[in-house]
Amino acid sequence: MRLLDSLRFRFAALFQREQMNAEMVDELRSHIAHRADDLERAGMTREDAERRARIEFGGQGKYKEEIHASLGNHLVETIWQDVRLSLRTLRKSPGFLAASVLTLALAISANAVVFSVLNAFLLRPLNVAHPSSLYQLQHANEASSYQSYPDYIDLRDRNRSFDSVMAFTADEVGLDSGQGDPSEIWIEEASGNYFDALGLQPYLGRFFHASEEHGADSAPDIVLSYEYWHTYFHDDRSVVGRVVRLNRHPFTILGVAPQDFNGTLMFFNPAMFVPLVEHPVLGSNDLTTRGDHWVFDVIGYLKPGVTQAQAVADLNGIGKALEKAYPKDESNMAFTLRRPGLYGDYLGQPVKAFMAALMSLTMLILLAACANLGGLFAARAAERSREVALRLALGSTRTRILRSLLTEALLISLAGGAVGLAGSVALLHALTAWRPFTSWPIHLAVNPDANVYIVALLLALVSGLLFGAVPVRQVLDTNPYEVVKAGTGGSSRRRVGVRDILLVAQIAICAVLVTSSLVAVRGMVHSRSAALGFDVEHSMLAEVDLGMAGYTGDRVAPMQKRLMETMQRVPGAQSVALADAVPFGMGVGDAIVFPDSAPDLLPAHAAAKPYLFHVSPDYFRAAGTRLLAGREFQWQDDKDAPRVAVVNEEFARLVFGSANGATGRAFKLKDGTRVEVVGIAEDGKYYNLTEEQQPALFIPILQAPNASTVLLVRAAPGTENAALLLGTAMRRSLRNVDATMPVIIETRAAPLQVMMFGPRMATISLGVLGLMGALLSITGVFGMAAYSVSKRLKELGIRMALGAQRREVLAAALGRPVKLLALGSATGLLLGILAGKVLTYIVYEANSHDPLVLGGVVVAMALLGLLATWIPAQRAMSVNPLILLRDE
Amino acid sequence: MAQLLPGTLDLLILRAVSLGPLHGYGILLRIGQISGNALLIEQGALYPGLFRLVKQGLLKSSWGTSENNRKAKFYELTVAGRKRLQEETESWNRLAGAIAAALSQQPEEA
Repeated sequence: MRLLDSLRFRFAALFQREQMNAEMVDELRSHIAHRADDLERAGMTREDAERRARIEFGGQGKYKEEIHASLGNHLVETIWQDVRLSLRTLRKSPGFLAASVLTLALAISANAVVFSVLNAFLLRPLNVAHPSSLYQLQHANEASSYQSYPDYIDLRDRNRSFDSVMAFTADEVGLDSGQGDPSEIWIEEASGNYFDALGLQPYLGRFFHASEEHGADSAPDIVLSYEYWHTYFHDDRSVVGRVVRLNRHPFTILGVAPQDFNGTLMFFNPAMFVPLVEHPVLGSNDLTTRGDHWVFDVIGYLKPGVTQAQAVADLNGIGKALEKAYPKDESNMAFTLRRPGLYGDYLGQPVKAFMAALMSLTMLILLAACANLGGLFAARAAERSREVALRLALGSTRTRILRSLLTEALLISLAGGAVGLAGSVALLHALTAWRPFTSWPIHLAVNPDANVYIVALLLALVSGLLFGAVPVRQVLDTNPYEVVKAGTGGSSRRRVGVRDILLVAQIAICAVLVTSSLVAVRGMVHSRSAALGFDVEHSMLAEVDLGMAGYTGDRVAPMQKRLMETMQRVPGAQSVALADAVPFGMGVGDAIVFPDSAPDLLPAHAAAKPYLFHVSPDYFRAAGTRLLAGREFQWQDDKDAPRVAVVNEEFARLVFGSANGATGRAFKLKDGTRVEVVGIAEDGKYYNLTEEQQPALFIPILQAPNASTVLLVRAAPGTENAALLLGTAMRRSLRNVDATMPVIIETRAAPLQVMMFGPRMATISLGVLGLMGALLSITGVFGMAAYSVSKRLKELGIRMALGAQRREVLAAALGRPVKLLALGSATGLLLGILAGKVLTYIVYEANSHDPLVLGGVVVAMALLGLLATWIPAQRAMSVNPLILLRDE
Repeated sequence: MAQLLPGTLDLLILRAVSLGPLHGYGILLRIGQISGNALLIEQGALYPGLFRLVKQGLLKSSWGTSENNRKAKFYELTVAGRKRLQEETESWNRLAGAIAAALSQQPEEA
């Protein structure tokens, strides 16, 4: 209680109460002394006179209270009294206390977590100067902002609507800091004006600037991100000026970016920033090819006073001019402005849709919890009706009683809010610290801020007070004489009460949540059996960027062949292939193809825009992709042989009209090369599980050499973890080939998991929400059933004494809660089916009409009901009429 | 002795203090004196009234030394207090006169 005392002291000090008390005591003492003086003068001894004076005066405490009351300063004191009273009464019913605090804590933590994520992704501005006028120059017809470097320069220099137009691209490079052990890291290559335009100040050293760029490879500089500097260089301030190697080229570390800046893309945290003009050194693109759209993102600050529409018109004007000047290279040059943080609409749309859906579901949780609280408060008020009646009869005012009820509600909402918030903060910190993938710098910065705390506490207070107010009418209607006369039974009117409605509403909400979580889980299971067009089991990927290891130009092809041969000798390897990219892997590119008969190669005459994979001989066997017609690539399909390709069915349908007889026919690539189809592969998924069927084009890597290298190795069928053993063996033999070559080895399923990250997180959150809903409906039904049993215990006892069967007793005791449960579940199930549409945003093949899902919901709700009514039922069955009747 | 009518204690205090600064016990004695000891006032009940009047700005208080050479808190009227005393006295007199007249009236149809 020391804490409470000190709190109390602080309150008092706040109102200078202590000082006033002291003065009051002095004054009253002076009064008594004067009176004693008079009495002494009248002949009493001093001692008697003082005693007499004190007695005449009466209780000083009472007058002190009256003085305080007369000054109207009693608010704090009264509240304090209310709080103490509520704490005492609450401590007497720990079950109610725990149930209500936990219910609220659950709902508040769910809401705080979801709101915090929403806050971090959508509400919180980027950590740069003037975030509100920073826009991404997105293509009007698709959610991307790819540009070629010359396009970027034209957009930057010819527009009149933006103060600065910046560009950046993400790249994976091999870092050798001179300490051995080369590592692969993600960097952001940014235009020279990047840091200055964003208004940033370096944490250490300096940034690179626009004035230092003089064409390709003119500024081999590095600005480290704070986090990478902290974890990799251990806060070593002497790194500034040090030279390290990226893909074997020397780069100088200029400085460290500010602590809270991780680039302008929300999820992507690069290890370092490098000038964009260094891209040709690190990658395979150059700064001059107009048609090579490798620049990932273009962003800019809108000039003050320029509207978005004006800026778009300005950009579209430039785009038109470029399309006219370079008809072979340019298409797709109409623009729209978007927020840059989530790469415009690409992530912005799904994240917004997902967060909206999730937020509405968690609000449902809060509603259910509130309904639950309302039920709890109403039951408690009913149980306390006798106490309330007594207090009223003894002269307490209704205001006073209501005030104590509201104080209880307030205390519970504060406690629930605090517990919930603490839980959610722990979860959010864990989420923020979480690095879901080793090979991707994906980072969910969802740390809560003041917004989150305020929203959580407000929600707690509003819901607590709102539903703490449920029993107000009950109290106002209490007629003390009736209640005292009639005993605890109170009014036995069997009408549809507030509590019944609350319970049905709550169960309906919970059934919606359970339905949606089952739909999500079912979708997830479904997605595992989706037709991928390749076999994920028993195979491993080894990603080797030969460019990083210094193999370029003519050295690439022999090295790739050597790598394949090395892999074929690895024990346990059954078939081996090599590709520049694999479906669901990194760096999946696309191509534009034209019919053989196309008069010219303008974008308007394109027949399809397929995903493009450059693959080695034996690829389809190693990948587990069925060839429906034609043949695999051979080692003879090299630069000197006629150009050939394998296409998927969709490609054949789009370009040739049908897959039948497509072998032997030809199409043209953008550069005019005529390519003959030698095989048809089965359709599959290439980038995303939820994608529509896309065309895909496979070209022999020997005919289009490419330094990006992914080795695909299928394990010989055998032991359980053959693939993993294979991985270890692969790493060992790759080391033997070139120890300085950075390698990433992962299972074939791993990149799918990256792609499935979003849907999987969605399924997990829906699952958790469903569980919460289930938990809440259990407590709700349990509360109702327990209350109904305890209230009618006497009646049940009498029934049993009169010879009622156990079944009849149970029906009498639990009939109502069970009926409400059934009604609520049915309503919820219907609503859940309707809500299925919302889920299609998040869940693969969301289908709420699935009989398995519907059956699952019915079974789940029935089980919940059984679980929730089990204990009350036991209690009702074990009623001993004798003891019970003796009791009252 | 007569019980005080509700609300009249404030008026009595103002009246008592209007004759010169007094401490609490002094006010009690003065009320006794000017009312001919006809009114019963609980000693402690005086103080909530005093604090209230100070808070309303009708009285001001300061610590000093009493005639018994004891430390005591003295009260005196403020300008607002003097004005209030005048108003209250007038309104009381009107009320008292009206009630006295009403009570002394003989019924006509007796």
